[in-house]
Amino acid sequence: MSFSVTEPTKGTKWFAGVLVVAYAVITLIPLLWIIATGFKSPADSIAYPPVVVFEPTLEGYVNLFTDRTRATEDMLEAAGPPQTWYEEIARERGTVISGPSRYGERFLNSVIIGFGSTALCMILGTAAAYAFSRFRVPLKDDLLFFILSTRMMPPIAVAIPIFLMFRNLGLNDTHLGMILLYTAVNLSLSVWLLKGFIDEIPMEYEEAALIDGYTRFQAFYKVVLPQAATGIASTAIFCLIFAWNEYAFAVLLTSGEAQTAPPFIPNIIGVNGKDWPAVAAGATIFLVPVMVFTVLLRKHLLRGITFGAVRK
Amino acid sequence: MKNTHLTSVAVGAIMASGVASTALADGHATELTLCWAAWDPANALVELSKDFEAMSGHKMNFEFVPWTSFADRMLNELNSGGQLCDLMIGDSQWIGGGAENGHYVKLNDFFDANGIDMGDFIPATVTGYAEWPKNTPNYYALPAFGDVVGWTYRKDWFERPELQEEFKSTYGYDLGVPETLQQLTDIAQFFQGRDIDGTTVYGAAIYTERGSEGITMGVTNWLYNHGFLYENPDKPYDLDGFVNSADAAAGLEAYKALYDTATPPGSSNWYMGENIDAYRSGQVAMQMNFAFIWPGVEADEKVGGGKSGYFPNPAGPSGQFAQLGGQGISVVAYSEKQDAALEYIQWFAQPEIQSRWWELGGYSALSAVVEDPSFVQSQPYAQTFLDSMAIVKDFWAEPAYADLLIPMQERIHNYVIAGEGTAQEALDGLVRDWTEVFEDEGKL
Amino acid sequence: MTASPIQKMAEKTPPGMARNIKGLSDRTIAWIFVAPTIFLLLAVNIFPLIWTIRLSFTNYRVNRPNKDVDWVGLRNYERILNDPDIWNTMQATAHFLLWTIALQVLIGFALAYLINKKFKGNDLWTTIIVFPMMLSPAVVGNFWTFLYQPQIGLFNYVIAFFTGADPASFSMIGDVHLAPWAIIIADTWMWTPFVMLICLAGLRSIPDSIYEAAECDRASKWRQFWTITIPMALPFLMLAVLFRGIENFKMFDLVVQLTGGGPGNTTTLTSIDLKREAFEKWRTGYSSAYAVILFVTVFGLASIYVKALNKVKER
Repeated sequence: MSFSVTEPTKGTKWFAGVLVVAYAVITLIPLLWIIATGFKSPADSIAYPPVVVFEPTLEGYVNLFTDRTRATEDMLEAAGPPQTWYEEIARERGTVISGPSRYGERFLNSVIIGFGSTALCMILGTAAAYAFSRFRVPLKDDLLFFILSTRMMPPIAVAIPIFLMFRNLGLNDTHLGMILLYTAVNLSLSVWLLKGFIDEIPMEYEEAALIDGYTRFQAFYKVVLPQAATGIASTAIFCLIFAWNEYAFAVLLTSGEAQTAPPFIPNIIGVNGKDWPAVAAGATIFLVPVMVFTVLLRKHLLRGITFGAVRK
Repeated sequence: MKNTHLTSVAVGAIMASGVASTALADGHATELTLCWAAWDPANALVELSKDFEAMSGHKMNFEFVPWTSFADRMLNELNSGGQLCDLMIGDSQWIGGGAENGHYVKLNDFFDANGIDMGDFIPATVTGYAEWPKNTPNYYALPAFGDVVGWTYRKDWFERPELQEEFKSTYGYDLGVPETLQQLTDIAQFFQGRDIDGTTVYGAAIYTERGSEGITMGVTNWLYNHGFLYENPDKPYDLDGFVNSADAAAGLEAYKALYDTATPPGSSNWYMGENIDAYRSGQVAMQMNFAFIWPGVEADEKVGGGKSGYFPNPAGPSGQFAQLGGQGISVVAYSEKQDAALEYIQWFAQPEIQSRWWELGGYSALSAVVEDPSFVQSQPYAQTFLDSMAIVKDFWAEPAYADLLIPMQERIHNYVIAGEGTAQEALDGLVRDWTEVFEDEGKL
Repeated sequence: MTASPIQKMAEKTPPGMARNIKGLSDRTIAWIFVAPTIFLLLAVNIFPLIWTIRLSFTNYRVNRPNKDVDWVGLRNYERILNDPDIWNTMQATAHFLLWTIALQVLIGFALAYLINKKFKGNDLWTTIIVFPMMLSPAVVGNFWTFLYQPQIGLFNYVIAFFTGADPASFSMIGDVHLAPWAIIIADTWMWTPFVMLICLAGLRSIPDSIYEAAECDRASKWRQFWTITIPMALPFLMLAVLFRGIENFKMFDLVVQLTGGGPGNTTTLTSIDLKREAFEKWRTGYSSAYAVILFVTVFGLASIYVKALNKVKER
């Protein structure tokens, strides 16, 4: 514990804490509302006026993962008594489960595309950021700005030519196509952030390694990479969040095979209009992986951005 | 979708005639993908199609896209010559583009070869879903799902004696199913802000959606009935004085008056789903919506089981019309499995399948089904459906329909919801926009 | 800014140093490291851009594959620049952009400043605050329509609880005056944490020694804030503004789900308008010209901004 003059007083800390906690609580309300809606019955979800206290049910989750048909009497008879708890829930609404829904596939697509593009983006981004940081790349500033500028293009603006191009290459509606696309979109942010991290790793370490007989490559992955790990981790979070949640390209460029969850979730319909509990359940489940990823890398996310500062 | 059995189909041989008549059970089992909107009837179609799968050995895959992005997604698919869909249940307005741009297979020969007669279907659905150009015997689809804008109302509220009494003393006639749009507006205003069982309720949920086609599908019910015409009946694409007649402007004003005085607060961007939610949660006395929702209303625990009634769009000063919805089923020209797709249509057109379709909640367009004496008795809304289908009118079905729809959405929404300008200005602007589209198309 | 001295040192390092030792030359390594990135960006970003520019001089329409494609010169550009509606969407975008950035920077910086006071549990609360930005913007937009519903949503009831107003007396997305604020609130809710994180990084990069020195000089806390904290965190703040500015200039998913551009055209941002032209009206040539104009606008603004940012960094 340092007794530095810069250490805030107890009162300041207390005051700051109260304000931050107050903000956090307010900002959590919409999120909690989404999560709560996932456990409401369809009628409770659109209750007028809205209800805060309700009887929780898993109906939203059942509806999320199944397709159901409104049953006629003879269908109910033919189907016999419900075999499982989820069939029972469906049956209570006068419906029978006709099969699994598409949510599972969409979710898996999101996992493949989101994590795939994040990994690729980190590999390419770290390499490029290292080169920009350490070498005299010709036209460095222009290239850096060029890289940044690629992020400025509205997705809608490039969607048509990308669509036509992907079709010619057979990349349309494929995982690979979407991974490449998201990687390209994310590269600018990664290169920028990563260059900052690598800039702050003292050159002396590498120089020492080079003098010890390491090659540049060895110096890169034995010295620079471990030092940049926190930076890479926190950059990865940002890339993952983007790729995981992207909507405009996904809605325009994917149809069946490679469609991710974001275009799917807002439009889950039940047997009678929009199924808000299922939408909420879908959003909640969809939030979990990226939330876990962030919480696990929390230290990196919060400390990572400060990495390399003079202060030790 | 994975085309695992591509080789089993000889692409060249798929001319509509001949092949399909080699009948249902014939060999080559394949996987078919049917594309439609993601909604209630689609679930019913999955159930119905199990019979086809069992009989033909083909496996059915379904690609259902939410209404709000249905047109974008599917037209994108068709325009790019995609092979995702073998069968397309496309919206009625797509038929012109589907035919002229060669997205849909022409079905005349197939119908002739298999004894499918368009005369067996409800005439409005044939014109609306299958023909291009309209009123000529060129068929690009088989009417699959009849749909029309109609009204649902809270019968239980309408029947309360104290409300009936108050209404009669205020308006001088009985509270009941409205016969005119004016009466409907009266009733909606009567309920607006009223306290019923401790909650404040509102008059009517109407279509106001901006992004796709919502407000157009709603306002046309007022426009038609006030004398709006899409074009000069004697001179195609002659718009001025028909689209923007004084009568049409009066209709538009009446729709805005209803929106301003008798709809729930915040209903500025509502379409099918939002209207259903408002009605089911007990916010409104009436809702405008396509007929497809009626089976769901009837089954709803809160508003179903006799608490709700149904009526067709009421008459206006210039007649009684209702906006057509619904779709025909077409074979996509880019499909490599057209013969199997045609098998599906042949199976679907059978009277017994159509009657089961109705049972499951699909609105069959086959006359034999809806004219069956038991039909009207089968559901409380059956008669309303028939009455409504008799008065339908549709939006443009030109290949450029999307270009025509967008300015209409914008002009109408700007006037009705955002309150910009006057009704006459909105329709004058629409004439200019539409004229420009037809000029671009080389039709003017 | 602590990076700059290090950065300068890095640049001063003789680039030939490693070359003499062993392995590939630095130049080769530099290209091996940069090339894949450049290649991918060329393929996925620049090539389509060139294609877009080419299409912008034609009357091509994706939905009319059978129609002849004609060169129309600059006509598409003329039509766009003379269209008052497009200026309205630009205005709506500017309003959205300015307010979201202002609010997010203000709140984000304030939060970062408070969190940097290192009260007990600040780590946990920071993580909690970050949650909204992990949601999908499309899902957020979708849910906020629900929250904004005067009858069944939560927002009006919460406002009513605090102000006593009738929840049915206002409608956030139905009112032409409130709708532009409805999208600003939702976006601010979602993205303030992003700005906060960048600001926090900036604040934590300021060495304590500078404050200690200031304390010795008996500078007031207020003075320290303005002469140390703000200037040293400024490059980070500007970076946050840049990223949020670019993102919100392109804003599509959240707003399209939330308001669909309405009521009327009050929340029709340029991307929403462009999407209508390109994917609903299918005016490919016209919308390509539109896209080029947008790109030139944002590219121009960002170039100026980045120049300013570099100046600040060099100070």
